Amino acid sequence: MSALSALRNLWRRLPLKARIGAVLMGVFVLAAVIGPEVTPYDPSYQNPSPSLSMQPPSSAYLLGTTQSGQDVLSQLLVGIRLTLELALLVGVIATVLSVLVGVSAAFLGGFWDEFLSLVSNVFLVIPQLPLLILLLGYLPQKGQLATILVLAGLGWPWGARVIRAQTLTIRNRDFIAASRESGEKSWRIILYEIIPNEISLIAASFVNTVLYAIGASVALAFIGLADLNSWSLGTMLYWAQSQQALQLGAWWWFLPPGIAVALIGTALVLLNTGIDELGNPRLRSARGTEKIAGHRVWPTDPTPVLAELVGARSRVGAFLHSFSRDSLLDDTSVGGDLR
Amino acid sequence: MPFILRRLAFYVVAAWVALTLNFFIPRAMPGNAVQSIMDKFPNLQPSAYKALEAMLGVGHPGSLLSQYGNYLVDVAHFNFGTDVQSYPASVSSLLAQTIPWTLTLVGTATVIAFFLGTALGILAGWRAGGWLDRALPGLMFLQAIPYFFLALVLLELLALKLHWFPIAQGFNGELVTPGWHWDFIVNAIDHSALPALTIVLTSVAGWMLQMRNVMITTIGEDYVVAAQAKGLSSRRVVVTYAARNAILPQLQGFGLALGYVVSGALVMEIVFSYPGIGLLLLNAVDSNDYPLMQAIFLVITFTVLFANLIVDLVIVFFDPRVRAREAAR
Repeated sequence: MSALSALRNLWRRLPLKARIGAVLMGVFVLAAVIGPEVTPYDPSYQNPSPSLSMQPPSSAYLLGTTQSGQDVLSQLLVGIRLTLELALLVGVIATVLSVLVGVSAAFLGGFWDEFLSLVSNVFLVIPQLPLLILLLGYLPQKGQLATILVLAGLGWPWGARVIRAQTLTIRNRDFIAASRESGEKSWRIILYEIIPNEISLIAASFVNTVLYAIGASVALAFIGLADLNSWSLGTMLYWAQSQQALQLGAWWWFLPPGIAVALIGTALVLLNTGIDELGNPRLRSARGTEKIAGHRVWPTDPTPVLAELVGARSRVGAFLHSFSRDSLLDDTSVGGDLR
Repeated sequence: MPFILRRLAFYVVAAWVALTLNFFIPRAMPGNAVQSIMDKFPNLQPSAYKALEAMLGVGHPGSLLSQYGNYLVDVAHFNFGTDVQSYPASVSSLLAQTIPWTLTLVGTATVIAFFLGTALGILAGWRAGGWLDRALPGLMFLQAIPYFFLALVLLELLALKLHWFPIAQGFNGELVTPGWHWDFIVNAIDHSALPALTIVLTSVAGWMLQMRNVMITTIGEDYVVAAQAKGLSSRRVVVTYAARNAILPQLQGFGLALGYVVSGALVMEIVFSYPGIGLLLLNAVDSNDYPLMQAIFLVITFTVLFANLIVDLVIVFFDPRVRAREAAR
């Protein structure tokens, strides 16, 4: 019960962007979980009837059919599961790796810190996709597992770098010194003192890695470096491209998988900005302008001086004001301005 | 060690790692690359097996160390071997044909996106909560779209439906012949407008978001408040006080994001059949053309490293603190 109310509390504290992201992501996770069970047709079934080839969306085929009469909706539902499954697994493995590398670099210091930081920086600066293509190109089987391992093996450096920096600052706080003085072992300090204090950072790096995994796996499948017999969002796009869906005008074939990728990506980016804003209140959207004495004032404008503001009236307003009794009492110039 | 020398040493290490990876990946990966090439090209003579082995370095002539030495010498002479698919063209000649296309397109579009995104980020950060800032979630959607998918959609809408842009390829071979003359350049620019637009649209939101966030943090700094208190004009405060400082993390991010942008642009080229490295890479993947894949990996990596070095030089120019730290030493 307390866990539930803690969750509810967290939900209330989340910025709006993060909540929208979480809901959107939830929809896709739901689709991934129950989708393959409710597909109307077998996604690979090639309907031999020529009248069912390249049909635009209809009541029987909600998202239309491909050139060989396969149901696009069924492919999409199965594809979302495969893509999300891959991305989440890559996220988990790569995040564990980056926590391991980041925390141990910061904790061991000296040579190991230099070495691990150098390795992460080198892999950050080497462009990922050509290296991924090279690795997967040489692999005889380009199945789901191989892709997961390769993506996770290259996806940790960014997280490791951020976590290392954070660990270095936490390490010098007083409560760490206190627990060390009281004889806590290093692994206990790391597990119970340091990692819980970095949880928002780790969450952000997880979300980022999932985002990277989706982008990279879809791009790789689009080039043809995936198990082309399985249905993922990337392989759907691969078949749509290689069978000229665009040139044949079959928008219902390539739009759904691409929009699904884009929406999952948006959900993750929104989640991440939400997490950022949770940690840095300055980033939260300000309310914008405020009206002070008839002037639009931005938060970044200098604090308005009130004496100047009293007479801040439009020309017509100033003209009308000049007839009033107040105008005899105050001595501000007519139509005084903020700046 | 001066900042720039330290960075240079780092790039040398990174280049060495890339070279070494490139050397060991074919040797460490399971499976038989030579056989898979033979399978793809049934018209290859069985005697080609030995030649392919020697080319990929899997036949192990000589010790690993001497192979490594030969490999480094080859790379230093831009000798990446002979291409499997378009035999007997050398891999480096194929690269020389495609690199200018990719470099011009991706380079120009990325620089445009960077400046545009930074300018928009300055505005959104300065007027946090304004209409531009509120449009950000919409732009994030653009950023989340894979490059190649946006390319597909733009192609469908702007080229196939509205006929505003040519459909594919880098130039129209029926109208112009490649060369340094006006007709060809105009035709090439016309053909690269849509790919460039794709890169700008997908990457502008990232620069904008980052710049906005740094701007908001910078605006809270005391020196910005002091500048306002002095009564400087808003424009001066924004440009010379807030943005001037907020641009430094942005530049560092530029270096790191470059590899990502280039990767995305490569896949996008495929959609447009743009005659750059991306299309070459697709063909290499399609036909298990390993020598070409390896050479492309090296070329792209070295280009990105070089671009990073230039960004570092710009940072030294822009950030007096880097220079001051060196002078203090």
